[in-house]
Amino acid sequence: MGVPPATAEQQVPSAETSPEKILRFEDVSIGFERPVLEGISFGLTRGETKILLGEAGTGKTLILKLALGLIKPDSGRITVLGEPISEMREQEMYGLRRQIGMVFQESALFDSLTVEENVAYRLIEETGKITDEIHARVIEVLEFVELAQTYNLFPAELSGGMRRRVAIARAIITQPEILLYDSPTGGLDPVTSNTIIELVVKQRDVYRTGSLLVTHRLQDAFTMASHYFDRNKNKMVPLEDGSTRNVHTTFLILRDHKVIFEGTAPELLRCHDPYIREYLS
Amino acid sequence: MALVSLNDIAKDKVVAVQEYSLLAGQSLSNLFSQPRYYADTLLQADLIGVGSLPIVVLIGLFTGAVLALQTSSTLQQFGSLSLTGQLVALSMVRELGPVLTGILVSGRNSSGMASELGSMKVTEQIDAMRAMGVDPTKKLVTPRVVATVIMLFFLSIISDLVGLLGGFLISFFLLGLNANQYWTSAYQALRFGDVFMGLSKPVVFGFIIASVGCYYGMTAKGGTQGVGRATTQAVVSASVLIVVTDFFITKLLMAFFHY
Repeated sequence: MGVPPATAEQQVPSAETSPEKILRFEDVSIGFERPVLEGISFGLTRGETKILLGEAGTGKTLILKLALGLIKPDSGRITVLGEPISEMREQEMYGLRRQIGMVFQESALFDSLTVEENVAYRLIEETGKITDEIHARVIEVLEFVELAQTYNLFPAELSGGMRRRVAIARAIITQPEILLYDSPTGGLDPVTSNTIIELVVKQRDVYRTGSLLVTHRLQDAFTMASHYFDRNKNKMVPLEDGSTRNVHTTFLILRDHKVIFEGTAPELLRCHDPYIREYLS
Repeated sequence: MALVSLNDIAKDKVVAVQEYSLLAGQSLSNLFSQPRYYADTLLQADLIGVGSLPIVVLIGLFTGAVLALQTSSTLQQFGSLSLTGQLVALSMVRELGPVLTGILVSGRNSSGMASELGSMKVTEQIDAMRAMGVDPTKKLVTPRVVATVIMLFFLSIISDLVGLLGGFLISFFLLGLNANQYWTSAYQALRFGDVFMGLSKPVVFGFIIASVGCYYGMTAKGGTQGVGRATTQAVVSASVLIVVTDFFITKLLMAFFHY
């Protein structure tokens, strides 16, 4: 797998020193009869993509749900777009959640609604029906994920990869400030996975949306760190050797309820921690 | 199977009652805040009301008929066969109409709500709804509660009427009662308290059916097996609650109307 050379220009500023944090975890802990996350602290800057890695059961999905306010932490503070969501009531969070897009692990599309109704769900909430304007917007985002022809199909009529792409379209239709991807390539074949990763990279580089991405596939993570979306070619291309382009992608590794690494791809590759070396091998 | 302490069981029950109470309360408080989902409410009213109409009519008709048939021999012993209309009217309006309709709708719709919402829960669709800034209690629970309360009210009235009709058919064709005698006796027997009792019960039962069905659906976990469990529990709990609540409403209103 190609990894960009470790040049100073490519280093994304550390979350701790960045002035503009759109998401911040401060000493967050949560457990369900046993501890799952303990003292988790990190930040996400605007335009940055942070890839969450770790073994199954280390609480990666939980971090996304905490960031969205779907679950409350036992202790610590979570701030999203300047709002302390860990102290907000469920009713107060609905407005804030409209500025966050989430792609669920199993897509979580509404199976009784068509693709168009699924993608337009947030917009229909405001207008009560699919207007011509909403239809045009739906087609636009479906074209972004290259599924414009499926708008009148039901989720059950789509393949797993197509459902995942529809879920991405649903998450980005309102151009959210933050995107949360929960294993967007989980259970997909390599070709479809690459298509999904290309969409995530496209969203990162075209719209500069800050995002948290959970994945079990190291290959996907390093593809994101070593590629950028070329608007002229309309596809994802690898960084040239010696390129100073900043791909705004950092890594966060969880182990034993804690963050054991946070940094860029070159920093990760230079890391001498035995567990991380074994994890990467 | 792991042994669970009584303490844990008690805690779970208390938490369940607390969660149910919060959901039930929220389903009502949602009525006073935006957004309101009128289209969803109408859709549910059609599913619950119109969908349940055939079985409610059928059960109501035969309940009234069998009531007349069963009581006729006893009434005949006391030479009071002419009171058949009164007996059918009081039994149907005060008790059997609302309770039987409630239990029927509970079996049909409480289970439907639990399985539909339960499937949505286990496939993360409820979380997806919350993630998109939509309150599932407003979108899913309140429309079902409102629709069930309104439709059960009218279904109970229909059940009462067809029950009286069933009683009349038996009285007229098998017992040889005069039509005028039956209907006059039935009409004159009913007082305001009887009608009030018969119309207040379906409102409470409707609320129980929808809130219990939605509660079990919204708290379902454990995949398809969990959805099946939630469905069964919803029907059992709603039916038991209807019968138990019926007793207390009856006692309360009997005291209020000095029966």
